[in-house]
Amino acid sequence: MSVPVHDDVLLDVQDLRVGYRTTAGGDAPAVDGVSLQVRAGEVVALVGESGSGKSTTAHAVVNLLPRGGRRTSGTIRFGGQDLTGLSEGEWREVRGRRIGLVPQDPTVSLNPVQRVGDQVAEVLVIHGLARRREARRRAVDLLEKAGLDDPAARARQYPSQLSGGMRQRVLIAIAIAAGPDLVIADEPTSALDVTVQRRILDHIELLRSTLGTAVLLITHDLGVAADRADRIVVLRHGRVVEEGPARSVLTDPQHPYTRELIAAAPSLASTRLGSGAAVLPTSRPAAGPDDGTQVASSAPLLEARGLRKEFPLPRGAAARSLVAVDDVSFDLHAGQTFALVGESGSGKSTTARLVLRLEQPTAGSLLLDGTDLTAARGEELRRLRRRFQVVYQSPYASLDPRFTVEQIVEEPLRAYKVGDARARRARVRELVDQVALPATALGRGPRELSGGQRQRVAIARALALRPDLVVLDEPVSALDVSVQAQILDLLSALQAEHGLAYLFISHDLAVVRQVADHVGVMHRGRLVETGTADRILLDPREEYTRELVAAIPGRRALADAGTP
Amino acid sequence: MGRYIARRLGQGGFVLWAAFTISFFLLYVLPSDAASIKAAGADGDLSDPELVARLRAEQGLDRPVLVQYAHGLWGALHLDFGRSFSSGAPATKLLAEALPPTLQLTALALGLALAGGAALALASTYPRARWLRHTLTSLPALGISLPTFWVGLLLLQWFSFELRLFPAMGNEGFESLVLPAFTLAIPASAAFAQVLSRSLRQTLAEPYVETARAKGAGRARVHFGHALRNASIPALTVLGVTVGGLLAGAVVTETVFSRAGVGRLTVTAVNQQDVPVVQAIVVFSAVVFVVVTLLVDLLYPVLDPRITTRQPSAAA
Repeated sequence: MSVPVHDDVLLDVQDLRVGYRTTAGGDAPAVDGVSLQVRAGEVVALVGESGSGKSTTAHAVVNLLPRGGRRTSGTIRFGGQDLTGLSEGEWREVRGRRIGLVPQDPTVSLNPVQRVGDQVAEVLVIHGLARRREARRRAVDLLEKAGLDDPAARARQYPSQLSGGMRQRVLIAIAIAAGPDLVIADEPTSALDVTVQRRILDHIELLRSTLGTAVLLITHDLGVAADRADRIVVLRHGRVVEEGPARSVLTDPQHPYTRELIAAAPSLASTRLGSGAAVLPTSRPAAGPDDGTQVASSAPLLEARGLRKEFPLPRGAAARSLVAVDDVSFDLHAGQTFALVGESGSGKSTTARLVLRLEQPTAGSLLLDGTDLTAARGEELRRLRRRFQVVYQSPYASLDPRFTVEQIVEEPLRAYKVGDARARRARVRELVDQVALPATALGRGPRELSGGQRQRVAIARALALRPDLVVLDEPVSALDVSVQAQILDLLSALQAEHGLAYLFISHDLAVVRQVADHVGVMHRGRLVETGTADRILLDPREEYTRELVAAIPGRRALADAGTP
Repeated sequence: MGRYIARRLGQGGFVLWAAFTISFFLLYVLPSDAASIKAAGADGDLSDPELVARLRAEQGLDRPVLVQYAHGLWGALHLDFGRSFSSGAPATKLLAEALPPTLQLTALALGLALAGGAALALASTYPRARWLRHTLTSLPALGISLPTFWVGLLLLQWFSFELRLFPAMGNEGFESLVLPAFTLAIPASAAFAQVLSRSLRQTLAEPYVETARAKGAGRARVHFGHALRNASIPALTVLGVTVGGLLAGAVVTETVFSRAGVGRLTVTAVNQQDVPVVQAIVVFSAVVFVVVTLLVDLLYPVLDPRITTRQPSAAA
């Protein structure tokens, strides 16, 4: 934003069309006439949901389309040269040397059997910029430039020995190694924790300003785009629906789809969802449908007291055991949502597993309506289990692909022998209707459903036994933003209707802000701060919470634009 | 590391004991025994109970089974499996004599299988032409489904009887090794190629291969610099099993090509229910399996730094 933008167009994509070969023969269009420009030193964000063609566009620019994909028409000019007619050998001169690529998922994008220093050095060797030994030395400098501390030691490590954020820095070092004019960053941070995400994006911005490298930033997160880009290009179904300076796209969107995206983006919304309604106007404290105040006086549904969970470590490790959860206490009242927020490894998922009695705590107690869950065994535990159910993060992995939707939703009823076959069928229909799935979905398999529909099936299954408590473990993290919003709406409506208590596990404070009454922030196994959602978000007291809140994307753009 | 190897050797010892014990009792429950076969061979008359009884007493076959077992096990611990019923020579000596030609045969076959399998696997992923990749990918399945004896007979027919390039039988010189080694190597290389080529195809679809291509790496660098080492782990597992398979294959191959060796020794010993020799061979095969499996497991961490030998021993 403060960096001067030159007028010369570096990358000029005109009327790009990309199709994927289908089994039926012919091409299914993924990119359908996209035109976009990136000027030297400019950051352009390509925003869209999955299937919008944003990633395909990025890969077409470096001619690395997945198998079956091919460019059917359009031109790609880079630095005045037409790239579309290049031979594979000529493409290799462009890739890495003139256009760098930062891939999507750092955890799988580095060769696991090579030292990271060698992987950075390889770029220099490929393009004849240095010989082996010299390349290794320069790789250490590049790793330092990418923001890794102790780069000489890191260079000798293998990817598996580095954290996700560190690996992404290695990939950044690879992308900038040969001094390219353009770096394409394909969802560079969506697999990372928010605080790490923020540091990585800060660093990409720093590199832009020090090296003058232009960046084409591919993201699903309008908040990230608004924060980081000079211009935003919004894609939908392979077409550009809107394009303009970042601020005006955000504050004055022209296309209805952009408005929808902004409304759905959790990082840009600012308040709790009401009972099924869209975003509520402003900063009134989180009030559940059954307002917390009247219920709060009664006894809590779930009481966690001093929960602790240790996992034994292999011999030879520095410590004997790993304390995953350390002295965690909280109350959850009927009809309310308590959100546990934290980054990966913070212990939030282990806490959820303790509540679900999938793990036995090392110490502490869990009271469900006054009954000690940790002491319950056998038949008693089985009876209690009816009262707490779970919805997992990935609806792709948590539904048996060989079952139909009807069988999936019916399974808990069959397991507890609820009613006869006819009564169960009726109940399944009712449940499927409650989660707003068409009755025609009953006979289908999960594979025939979209991600959002699958998550609805998982919710219906969780509700089948009329539980009091539902543990939602990252229930929307695997979904597109507009689908996220629908699922969150559904969850709010169901909570209002059935007086459900939710234990909501999430890494995303922005999502939590929309659903939680109370929030607990977890860090290294401990609950560092607890409070009402508004208090945590508007007035965080602990240092770590402040860092987490500051890392929510979109805040900078909102502050700049002067919107609340 | 040392601890890991010690534990694995302990497990290996158990495997050897089990192999010995199971083979002993399996041979024991068979209806006839070496003595009756020998008696039948002596004068062609099975109904001479006196001769059979004398022979049985000579071999110690008239003692209670547990005594025989304990005796056999004690001997086996000292690498003494007793004397062959048919020739009277120590079983270990017979095995030691039969070993060199079989080792030559299996070593050459293993080399051929490795080289051929790797070449075929790379050939099925490397070319840019789709039809060529597809054709080459389907070859290993064909190779696996060919029975060893049939391949052997076919090779004999062509290269020995028609082209007269290699001798049809015998143990003399390198030429006599070629046809049996190829016979043995074809199914082994096919199995190896099938696993390696599938593994290569999976590896080539990994995101880190895209990273390499985005660096500007060409096909050769992508294949040899990045994919091959990552793809080799499942192939290594198969290779371990293949070595055992070669030993089994030697039985058929040596018979088809009339070569002396462990395979032939096995056939003869089994036909004559020559228990000491069979037991020596069984234990020897078990040793080969144990050693090869251990070597393969020790090679994994060399290929992939994410695999350590420490974890399993710590978990135990």
